[in-house]
Amino acid sequence: MIEVLRHALALAAKDLRVELRSRTALVSAIAFAALVLVIFNFARDPTTVSSRDLAPSVLWVTFTFAAMLTFNRSFALEKENGAMDGLLLSPVPRGAIFLGKYFANLGFVVTVQAVTLPLFVLFFNVGLGGALPGLLLVTVLGTLGFVAVGTVFASMAVRTRFADLMLPVLLLPFLVPPVIGAVQVTTRLLAGRPLLEQAGWLRILGVYDVVFLTVCAMVFPSLLDE
Amino acid sequence: MTPTPENAAATIRRGLLLSTVGLLGLALVYLLAHRFTPIEVRQGLAQKIFYVHAPAAWAAMLAFALVGVCGGLYLWLRDPRLDLFAEASAEVGLVFGLIMLTTGPIWGKPIWGTWWTWDARLTLTLLLVFLFVGYRALRGALSDPAERARYSAVVGILGLMLVPFVHLSVYLFRTLHPQPVLLKPSAPSMPAPMLRTLLTSIAVFTLLYVGFAMTRYGLGLMREARGAADAD
Repeated sequence: MIEVLRHALALAAKDLRVELRSRTALVSAIAFAALVLVIFNFARDPTTVSSRDLAPSVLWVTFTFAAMLTFNRSFALEKENGAMDGLLLSPVPRGAIFLGKYFANLGFVVTVQAVTLPLFVLFFNVGLGGALPGLLLVTVLGTLGFVAVGTVFASMAVRTRFADLMLPVLLLPFLVPPVIGAVQVTTRLLAGRPLLEQAGWLRILGVYDVVFLTVCAMVFPSLLDE
Repeated sequence: MTPTPENAAATIRRGLLLSTVGLLGLALVYLLAHRFTPIEVRQGLAQKIFYVHAPAAWAAMLAFALVGVCGGLYLWLRDPRLDLFAEASAEVGLVFGLIMLTTGPIWGKPIWGTWWTWDARLTLTLLLVFLFVGYRALRGALSDPAERARYSAVVGILGLMLVPFVHLSVYLFRTLHPQPVLLKPSAPSMPAPMLRTLLTSIAVFTLLYVGFAMTRYGLGLMREARGAADAD
């Protein structure tokens, strides 16, 4: 187990290092998220819908769509020059390849979220008050599961000709439970309700994370068979 | 292991036979529903669509569940026939799913006063149909049969895991759908003639599913057999 984790972290560090050397994808993803926030602000009638009412939905649509755009990158990287074959030939357990890609994607998504959240507070004039710890918790719980599903689907989508379209078509149905739960919790947190009141939704999000992370880790090795 | 054209042709014939029996059964369901089942007091004639809608929904759910189950079994046993059956089941399930999504709003407009609402079961079934549209698209985009089988098995399994989460989260979001009349802890809340028509229709739609899926599976076998013959 420790060995798998060590390989996974090495792989994730490799992916993030490749990214940090160029930073193109990361900068683009952050710019994309910021632009979505701007577009959303204008995609409403300011006299009838206040930006506050729209804020939780905007936050989660931005989080999930920005995340979705980054998943294909993790495997497109390996597809070029047949790097995936090298990875498969290396003495790394298959489970570690999934975890490594998962950690790298998670690091990527969390970075984008870390930049988006302050921008969101700024653009939508949201008073966080004491809601920040709860908001961070729901962000983590809302993200862990769908990044696992996204990692699995991205590994399949890059093998098709139109990967950029295939991934959202497969992944969007899986975003419905986390988005519903996360938006419900976020709305109430921003309205000043206590976090403990949201225990039911948080539990659903947590179970979703555990179930999909486990199942994805179990099925991923069978995707790599040659 | 490789199917022969003769086997495939026999499967197709059996499938077509069952489908024909199923279609005759469908005529019987129409007759039962219109002639021998009382008109519902509050909903009037609109309620008749229930005898098609609910069984179609059942057949679609059965089809989608079997895609997931076959996917799981495929990853375990690696028998290509399981993948061929999952492919057939997904396609037939889409047809039943579209019947369900068409008949539902036709009933919903007079009874609920709206074509569509974001009710738990509507949303779940809509998402499942989309999921299997994606499943079909993925299959179409992959050319290597073994790779296609593995990938679609994974989508089938994950889709099956998704069902309870979508249902629960959308249910908590809000719900408007009629409560179950058949599958519930207490006795079915339906007069005997209506129940008879419904159960007949469910049996007929199950038969239609088996017939269609078997025909489609046979066609898949035929394609494999021809492909193997061409390769030799």
